Amino acid sequence: MKMLDAAMKRHRHQPDSLIEILHTAQELFGYLDVQCLKYVGHALKVPPSRVYGVATFYNIFSLKPRGAHTCVVCLGTACYVKGTAAILAAIERDQHVEVGGTTPDGQVSLVTARCLGACGLAPALVLDNEIHGAMTPETALARIKAWTDHDRG
Amino acid sequence: MSVTTLTINGRLVSAAEGASILDVAREHDIHIPTLCHLDGLSEHGACRLCLVEVAGSSKLQAACMTKAVEGMVVTTDSERLRTYRRQIVELLLAERNHVCSVCVANRACELQDLAVSMGLHHVRYEPQAPQLAMDASHPRWIIDHNRCVLCTRCVRVCDEIEGAHTWDVMGRGRQTLVISDMNEPWGDSASCTSCGKCVRVCPTGALFEKGAVATNKDPHFVTYLRMAREQKLWNR
Repeated sequence: MKMLDAAMKRHRHQPDSLIEILHTAQELFGYLDVQCLKYVGHALKVPPSRVYGVATFYNIFSLKPRGAHTCVVCLGTACYVKGTAAILAAIERDQHVEVGGTTPDGQVSLVTARCLGACGLAPALVLDNEIHGAMTPETALARIKAWTDHDRG
Repeated sequence: MSVTTLTINGRLVSAAEGASILDVAREHDIHIPTLCHLDGLSEHGACRLCLVEVAGSSKLQAACMTKAVEGMVVTTDSERLRTYRRQIVELLLAERNHVCSVCVANRACELQDLAVSMGLHHVRYEPQAPQLAMDASHPRWIIDHNRCVLCTRCVRVCDEIEGAHTWDVMGRGRQTLVISDMNEPWGDSASCTSCGKCVRVCPTGALFEKGAVATNKDPHFVTYLRMAREQKLWNR
């Protein structure tokens, strides 16, 4: 909370620093809960409904705790044509997780992106901030299994 | 104040500086259909019904958001514009649930009036019918998202006239929804003053009074309030 206060002070509590502050809050806490959003809104003098609107508009913000690992599936045109829909379906089936959700054991969060801007690597996935190109359902599942096998022991 | 001269539908008209094409057209009794526009509120440019053709640009421009410029040549009615406007109304009707016969706003609905004025009798697109939840937690009014066209009139009147900013819009694309405060039930909202302005400006049956069969929507109070404030009518 202190670091959040410091960040807001750095921006002189300007209402237009809302997105910047939400980024900081998400980095600090991993996600944005309603209490945190209310706190930020109050401090920056932005109405609660506006804060909530901004937090839900941008894909990068999450209102639910994320899993230990994050898998972003690109659904941009090039990736889609190259078959990310099949990869997505395979992950959903194999890991029992829906898009926007986290596996019951809190290990893997699955999200989608409109386009990563890495169309040359299609079909592309971002696994824990690392981009992987030319994926297939098999290689994608193998990568995720590597995480979970390691952590689930 | 300098005056701008432009041509609308072949007629030479004059406009005050900074006026939008829509302002000028209205002033000269030239009809342009609108939905999200409401006199007295800021422009939002969401509905795209006021699209007009401007000579020299292949893109259509929203009349409410485009400033009148000296020498501009504007067409407000053409086969192309009619086709687009009709399509916009059809898409709005298909997006959620707009079954007029079971709607509280039947015959008091601006979306319905638009469809009637365009002679629309059926929609070519499959209705999405997303089955959204209704919120009846407020003691006097109900919000039915299934009838909402996301014009944001409620959001703007609450912010600009009432000054409460209870409403805003969350999410994006198909998931877009009008929310109160932290996406809480309307009845629990701490900022809502229960003034009812949002209900009166809603163009459809999305916001309506409990127990009311047909709501008599009269959004003209907004211009009156704004005028009274600007001219300080109530200040002694």
